[in-house]
Amino acid sequence: MIAGVALLAICTLIGQLLGEGLGLLLGVQANVGGVGIAMILLIAARMWIKTRGRYDEGLSRGIGFWAALYIPIVVAMAAQQDVVAAVEGGPIVLIAGVGALLLCFSAVALISRLSGKAETMDEIEAREAREAEIAIHPATHALQR
Amino acid sequence: MDMIIKVLTANALVTAFAVIGIVMWLSNQLSAKLTMGRVHGSAIAIVIGLALAFWGGIETGGHKGLADLPMLAGIGLMGGAMLRDFAIVATACEVDVEQAKKAGLIGIVALLLGTILPFIVGALVASAFGYTDAVSMTTIGAGAVTYIVGPVTGAAIGASSPVIALSIATGVFKAVMVMVGTPLVAGLIGLNNPRSAMVFGGLMGTVSGVSGGLAATDRRLVPYGALTATFHTGLGCLVAPSILYLIVRAIVGG
Repeated sequence: MIAGVALLAICTLIGQLLGEGLGLLLGVQANVGGVGIAMILLIAARMWIKTRGRYDEGLSRGIGFWAALYIPIVVAMAAQQDVVAAVEGGPIVLIAGVGALLLCFSAVALISRLSGKAETMDEIEAREAREAEIAIHPATHALQR
Repeated sequence: MDMIIKVLTANALVTAFAVIGIVMWLSNQLSAKLTMGRVHGSAIAIVIGLALAFWGGIETGGHKGLADLPMLAGIGLMGGAMLRDFAIVATACEVDVEQAKKAGLIGIVALLLGTILPFIVGALVASAFGYTDAVSMTTIGAGAVTYIVGPVTGAAIGASSPVIALSIATGVFKAVMVMVGTPLVAGLIGLNNPRSAMVFGGLMGTVSGVSGGLAATDRRLVPYGALTATFHTGLGCLVAPSILYLIVRAIVGG
């Protein structure tokens, strides 16, 4: 299990490092896409390990544990925001915040509509379950047809 | 009593796990019993978290919500950038590569729109409230992008402290609204598939707002939204103090 946590940690650190480097390169005082790079690294690492047949239970449990802790961490994050300042900011904060929010929500709706219908999360899971079923019991499915 | 406080303070992170765990349990109970599961437990938990942060801020006069109470300082570590990023990266193991590829180009479009649209709104509102100089308009506009882009931009172009504070407050308020509002509008804006989650992440920005909002809507969408949102702040820090500032200065002069 520690192997999974270590793999996750290494990907995160390399991602942050590259993100800092990218920020420096662009002359920005921020980490540019560090988390995103780390995620891509982890996906790539997982695929590479899988093709070599070394992706075992422990590895997946080590990563899965932290993925599952994600929501509690978000709750802890919410509990330490400067909510008082946000509330006290007054009308300018309220109007700019809500205005930006509504505009962005509409843009999401617009882009989603314009780009046609996509498979929903429920449909994807249903399809994957069917495919897994067929992969496990090809014979029975062939008979049913 | 002193002894209890001493133990809780000495084990700050463990205390945070316990407190957040209790909040999660309570939220799941409320979700199941009070709303018949219609409102996600995680959404309720996030709102409780924000309410506690408000209470903590009033109580201590600090800026870190509940984490300013010495006993609950562990919340600051648990919900801080280090563990948050670590856990977000872990959710990548749930990303379906094929789905992510399909949203590639549209994700970039969303990122650009997500920087420019809030910036325009913020800058216009700022000028409507009398902040008509290019530096203040740019800083508050950048704050409407995210609460990190705001101060980074303000510092880079030499904005005054109250203006920087306003830009942070705007960004924090937006992030909070994204966390609370997303589950409510999810159906309306078609937020039920990986592609729209990636568009959403790019447009909304703030990793905290996006991840919180998506977590409260549908846990499975989080990694897709986070994947694009993570580039949002960097892009904002890149263009707000440079191209966008120059454009604003060209329009309003000085």
